[in-house]
Amino acid sequence: MEMRAYYAECLGKLMEEDRHVCLLDADLGKASGTLGLRKTFPDRIFDCGIAEQNMASIAAGLSSYGFKPWIESFAPFATRRICDQIAISVAYAEQNVKIVGTDPGIAAELNGGTHMSIEDIGVIRSIPGVVIVEPADSVQLRAAMPVINEYRGCVYVRLFRKELPDIFPEDYRFDLFKADVLREGKDLSVFVTGFLTKDALDAAEELAGEGIDCEIINIHTIKPIDAETVKRSAKKTGAVLTVENHNVIGGLRSAVLEALAEERIPVFGVGVQDRFGEVGKLPYLREALGLNRENIIKQAKLAVSSR
Amino acid sequence: MKTDLEQICRDIRCDIVTSIGHLGVGHIGGCLSVVELLAVLYFEEMNIDPKDPAKAGRDRFVCSKGHAGPAVYAALANRGYFDKKELLTLNQGGTHLPSHCDARLTPGIDMTTGSLGQGFSCAVGAALASKLEGDGAVIYTLIGDGESQEGQIWEAAMFASAKKLDNLIAFTDFNKLQLDGPVEEINDISPLDEKWAAFGWNVIEVEDGNDCEQVSAAVKHARTGIGSGKPTMVILNTKKGCGIKWIEDLGSGNHNVNVNEEQARAAVLEIRGEA
Repeated sequence: MEMRAYYAECLGKLMEEDRHVCLLDADLGKASGTLGLRKTFPDRIFDCGIAEQNMASIAAGLSSYGFKPWIESFAPFATRRICDQIAISVAYAEQNVKIVGTDPGIAAELNGGTHMSIEDIGVIRSIPGVVIVEPADSVQLRAAMPVINEYRGCVYVRLFRKELPDIFPEDYRFDLFKADVLREGKDLSVFVTGFLTKDALDAAEELAGEGIDCEIINIHTIKPIDAETVKRSAKKTGAVLTVENHNVIGGLRSAVLEALAEERIPVFGVGVQDRFGEVGKLPYLREALGLNRENIIKQAKLAVSSR
Repeated sequence: MKTDLEQICRDIRCDIVTSIGHLGVGHIGGCLSVVELLAVLYFEEMNIDPKDPAKAGRDRFVCSKGHAGPAVYAALANRGYFDKKELLTLNQGGTHLPSHCDARLTPGIDMTTGSLGQGFSCAVGAALASKLEGDGAVIYTLIGDGESQEGQIWEAAMFASAKKLDNLIAFTDFNKLQLDGPVEEINDISPLDEKWAAFGWNVIEVEDGNDCEQVSAAVKHARTGIGSGKPTMVILNTKKGCGIKWIEDLGSGNHNVNVNEEQARAAVLEIRGEA
C-alpha cells in the first residue's frame, strides 16, 4: 500500500475521532490520496483551489477558532511558496496547523526540477517553533500521525507518497522528540531521514562485511533534532555521515552539524550537493544525485578513514 | 447615540495621537482614517464582552491592515479591555501593544496580523469556522486600499464567495494613499466596487467613511446580508490622517510620522475643538 493511502487512512481516523480535525488542500486531493475522504467528511474538507497562500492563512483562522487543520500540497508549494504565511499566520501567531508536503526532493520524479523541493527543510527549519517530521516507512507514519495531531503547534510532515519497504516493527512506538537507533555500531554514526533509511541499513550490512561497524539512527524529527542522541552516538564512533533527500545545505546535515558544533568530529553528507533537481524516474535521479546505497557506502568509508 | 459615537471617536483619536506622540513615531495616518469604523463596531455592533475577551460565540474583528494596531488598542482601551494607561507603552520593549496586532499579547485582539493580505484570509478561516460551529458569530475584517494590491486578498475573496460565507463583513479603508504615494499612481485598484461585485460579494459604498452616522448605517445594512449567501464588502471612503489637520495635509507622507509630545498635546486640543 502506498504511503499516501496510509496517510489518508490515518487522517480519516483522526477526523472520525475528533470533530475539530479538518483538511484543506489546493487542488491536490487526488495526488495526496485524500479525495476519498471528502465523501465521508464533506463539511470538514476544503479544496481551496490553486491558492496555497490563502489555504495556509485560512487554516490559521480555523485554528484561532479551536479547529485542528491539516493542509496539504506538493512539498515545494506547501513550504517555499507559502513561507511567509507559515511564518506569520501560523508560526508567529502560534496557530495549531499541520502541513503535509508530498513528494519531497527527488520523489517528485516526473514533475521535474520545478516540483523538486531540495530546500524545504532549510526554509522551514529557520522559522522558529515549527517541528519537522519525515517518516521513513508506513509503520512510522501511522505511529506518528496521532502524535502529530495531538501536538499543539505547527508541524511540517515531509511525506513520500509511494510505497516504501517496512523498516519498523508493528509494535513500534513513536516519540516525536526522540530519534530511533536502528542498529548499534562503533565505527560510524549514520544519521538518516526519510526513504533513504532503507538504503542506509542495506549499506550498513555491506559495510559490516568489510569490517566497518555502522550505527544507524533514524532522525524522523529533523527539528527539533534529538541532539542528545546525536552527540552520544557521534562521540562514541568519532565519525558521522548524514543521509537525506534534500540539499546538504540547510537540512539534516546542517541540523547535525549544529548539534555537533562544539565537537571535533568529521561530518560527511549524502544529499543533494547544492544543485537543483531535474526530471526523471527515481532510479535515474538516485544515481544522478548520489542518493543511493553505493554513495552511502563510498561516503561512509571516507568518513571512517578521516577519523 | 450619534453624539456618543462622535465623542467616542474624539476619545479614540486623542488616545491614538497621545500614544504615538509618547513614543515619538507611528503609523498615524492609517490609524486616524479608521476611527469611526472602530467606534461603530466596538461600541454599537459587535457582540463582545471586555471582561471575557475570549468568550465563545463572540463576534470577531480582524484588523488585516495590522499597522492600524494603535487605533484598535485605543478603541479596546476605551471599551474597557484594559487600562488606558497601557496605551503609553505602545511599541516599548516588553509591551502588550506592538505596532502590528498580536493576538498572543493583547486582550481583545482576535488575530495576529502585519504581513499584508494574510489577516483577510485568516478572517475567512474564522468565518468558515463559525459556520462549522454554528455559533452565529459575525466576523468583521478591515483591509487597506494599498493592501488590496496583495494577490492573497483576491484568493480569499474568491474563496469566501465560493463558500457562501455571508457571516463575513469586510471593510476597505479607501483613503487613496499608500506609503509611496497615491494608490491610483502606484498600482491602481479601481474600480474597487466592480471588482468586489465581480468576485461575488455584496458591495456597499460609504461616501464619507469618517462620518459616524454613515458608517453606522452601512454596518447595519451590511448585517442584512447575513443569510444572503454572499459575503459583504463595505468600501469606506476615508481621509488618511483624518482629524488632525497637519497630519492630513502630509498626504501620502502621513503613513509613518514622527510626532512629539508637544504636537500630540496640540492635536488633542484640536480634536477636542479647544485649539
